[in-house]
Amino acid sequence: MAGQLHEQEYILERNHLQKLFDVLSRSGHRIIGPTVHDGAIVYDDLNSVDNLPAGWTDVQEGGTYRLKRRDDEALFGYNVGPYSWKNFLFPPRTRLWQADRNAGTAQITDEPPEAQKMAFIGVRSCELHAIAVQDRVFIQPKFVNISYQSRREKAFIVAVNCGQAGGTCFCVSMNTGPKATKGYDLALTEIIENGRHYFVVEAGSEAGKTVIEQVPNTPAGAAQRSAAEAVVATAAGQMGRQMDTTGIKDLLYRNYRNPRWEEVASRCLTCANCTMVCPTCFCSTVEDVTNLKGDHAERWQRWDSCFTMDLSYIHGGSVRSSAKARYRQWMTHKLATWIDQFGTSGCVGCGRCITWCPVAIDLTEEVRAIRESEELPTESKEGHHGDT
Amino acid sequence: MKSKPEEMTSVAPPGLMTPVFCRVLKTQQETRDTFTIELEPPAPAQAPLFAPGQFNMLYVFGVGEVPISVSGDPRRPQSLVHTVREVGAVTRAMRALKRGDELGVRGPFGSSWPVEEAEGRDVVIVAGGIGLAPLRPAIYSILAHRQKYGRVVLMYGTRTPEDILFRKEVERWRARLDLSVHVTVDRAMAVWRGSVGVVTTIIPRAGFDPHNTLAMVCGPEAMMRFTILELQNRGVGLDRIYVSTERNMKCAIGFCGHCQLGPTFVCKDGPIFRYDNIQRFFEIREI
Amino acid sequence: METLRPILAEHPFFRDLEERHLDLIVGCASNVRFNSGDFIFRHGEEANEFYLIREGMVALEMFVTGRGPVTVQTMGEGEVLGWSWLVPPHRWMFDAHATEMTRAIALDGKCLRNKSEQDHDLGYQLLKRFATVVQENLDAARLQILNIYEVQA
Repeated sequence: MAGQLHEQEYILERNHLQKLFDVLSRSGHRIIGPTVHDGAIVYDDLNSVDNLPAGWTDVQEGGTYRLKRRDDEALFGYNVGPYSWKNFLFPPRTRLWQADRNAGTAQITDEPPEAQKMAFIGVRSCELHAIAVQDRVFIQPKFVNISYQSRREKAFIVAVNCGQAGGTCFCVSMNTGPKATKGYDLALTEIIENGRHYFVVEAGSEAGKTVIEQVPNTPAGAAQRSAAEAVVATAAGQMGRQMDTTGIKDLLYRNYRNPRWEEVASRCLTCANCTMVCPTCFCSTVEDVTNLKGDHAERWQRWDSCFTMDLSYIHGGSVRSSAKARYRQWMTHKLATWIDQFGTSGCVGCGRCITWCPVAIDLTEEVRAIRESEELPTESKEGHHGDT
Repeated sequence: MKSKPEEMTSVAPPGLMTPVFCRVLKTQQETRDTFTIELEPPAPAQAPLFAPGQFNMLYVFGVGEVPISVSGDPRRPQSLVHTVREVGAVTRAMRALKRGDELGVRGPFGSSWPVEEAEGRDVVIVAGGIGLAPLRPAIYSILAHRQKYGRVVLMYGTRTPEDILFRKEVERWRARLDLSVHVTVDRAMAVWRGSVGVVTTIIPRAGFDPHNTLAMVCGPEAMMRFTILELQNRGVGLDRIYVSTERNMKCAIGFCGHCQLGPTFVCKDGPIFRYDNIQRFFEIREI
Repeated sequence: METLRPILAEHPFFRDLEERHLDLIVGCASNVRFNSGDFIFRHGEEANEFYLIREGMVALEMFVTGRGPVTVQTMGEGEVLGWSWLVPPHRWMFDAHATEMTRAIALDGKCLRNKSEQDHDLGYQLLKRFATVVQENLDAARLQILNIYEVQA
């Protein structure tokens, strides 16, 4: 896994970025990075640096996402889009095995692990943390998700430090950015000043060091390092949202019966957008399928969401049939029970769930409302609200 | 937090989601909607194949996979026994299997009944409906080392006399001098000469020392709720009551997220829990 | 009857009753025995007694046309059978059928009602105890109604 080596920093000219891509292609990496598609910046296969969203930025608020032209040609001048790196590390549909049956005997063939190496270009700090969060879910002492692990081990990560924050970003609150501090092979900070366009590059691993040294580079001087620091500081000061995480686990554990859940449920469509765009959500389901003759069967894994009725279905009914129960499950899992399960919060402050919610439900606002409800004078809390 | 099963070699080949196909040795109807299916265990078959209370994921080729508790004797490696209630497509397809057919098996998974921890104490086993099936391996284990326990009481409640599971075996247990067995039904035709009444009514009168008892409870969630309350009223501590919970399961290895109950994954932190560890979540509706 | 007094005093239902109240109750008590198959009381009959079961089993039944006699509850040693004597119009709702040889102490309801009207303290002690019996039976009956062993389709 990539680590953090505070050694020299390099300068990579914008015009040499393609050479970085070439080094990665030559060593057998499939290059995946941001590109404009259908009015959004998504992650997809890149043929060249020309596919990057040069000169584009995104404008995000609760329930809205729009692209907007910048007044410069920055390659990474946007925040995060609807896709996250889980689309590639934990794909929406994967086959687990196939089986054939002859004369009453079945033979199973496991799906071989992913052989192709991937290089991720433009991974934000919050996304590095999200990948680390999913590592803790899928790579455990007792059970390991082999499919996830094989993709993960082969991934080369080129991170990018954010120069601006999005309207729904709150990585500062969650301690996940904006500066990338670990989990990358290379980290780039894009600088455009006085007619120059370059990147300050840090190597986070031996593999990263090897790659950058195969590309034309010069050592970074003090002025360039401070320019890079200033870029990150700008982003840190622009956060669109804020979440007070003090005692948040116990706060939510105490408030399972808070009437606020009814209130949120009256807005929530249980559309599951938030779970699809969230970079840490990991619920999946299993589909057992067969051909018409019944002699060939396959097991597929696909993404699922705790907002579906199916997820909690047991003989005759769903455990969580109300929208209230399902919204509460999602939010308390993300911010509270995740901590007991995996030792960290499940939220990295990327803001996607706020941006992509059609009715702009904002979990930072929900946490604030629950916190404030505990500070109300006693008279307002008389009687049992919600369920008992 | 949970009872640890003894270390077992997993029966699955490299893929944790890949079943091993086992031959059906025998199927037998138990009651109107419940049947028992015995499988030839995957090699190497040595005891114990599982710990009491654990479950396997059973896969019917091309139809689907469901979690089913093992209901046989852990000390007998000759067959892997499950008792199944027909409630949907997969269990219906399983009912139609015959001797010689194949069934896919993944497991065993989950925590187990605290059979060792109960040593030196009175043991109270309360079963409701099909809940007797996951408890049967614990009963076998206790009876195999009967001298290690104090008084052992089995309370079994079900809907009607026709729904009594393992009836002949229960009658044999009842005939033993070192086991106290109470069977009751919710309703019956008058030709039934046994008890009629909800299973909790037995608790106040049964012979056990509440301050030195370990209780194991399994049945529908509502039944477990009122049983726990009645045991508590009698003086049994919540840290001496163990329950077996049930949730939707797809992977059984803690990855798919379906089986969560508060912060626990029922497939790997459970299904058996010491009640005081899950009490605060168990009592919340729709959690 | 003198010989019944210690038996009454020991029975869980009358525990902690004052001596003078026990005296009043003994006067209304008698020893009874039912053979297996005997009816102790039938639906519709006047309810004049209640029973402290000492040994055996009694089934509370209702005859359902087209189905036959259905048992809704059984009672055994230590339990109290019958409270319709307390509440007007004093009629039994169910049949009580001994399913085994059953010994019990029968208490004359009319006799106790009269004594309770004169001694309200006695009346309160009896009603307090009966409230618990009724509550336990009501809880149990409600749990039975839940039909929890049924699988919802």
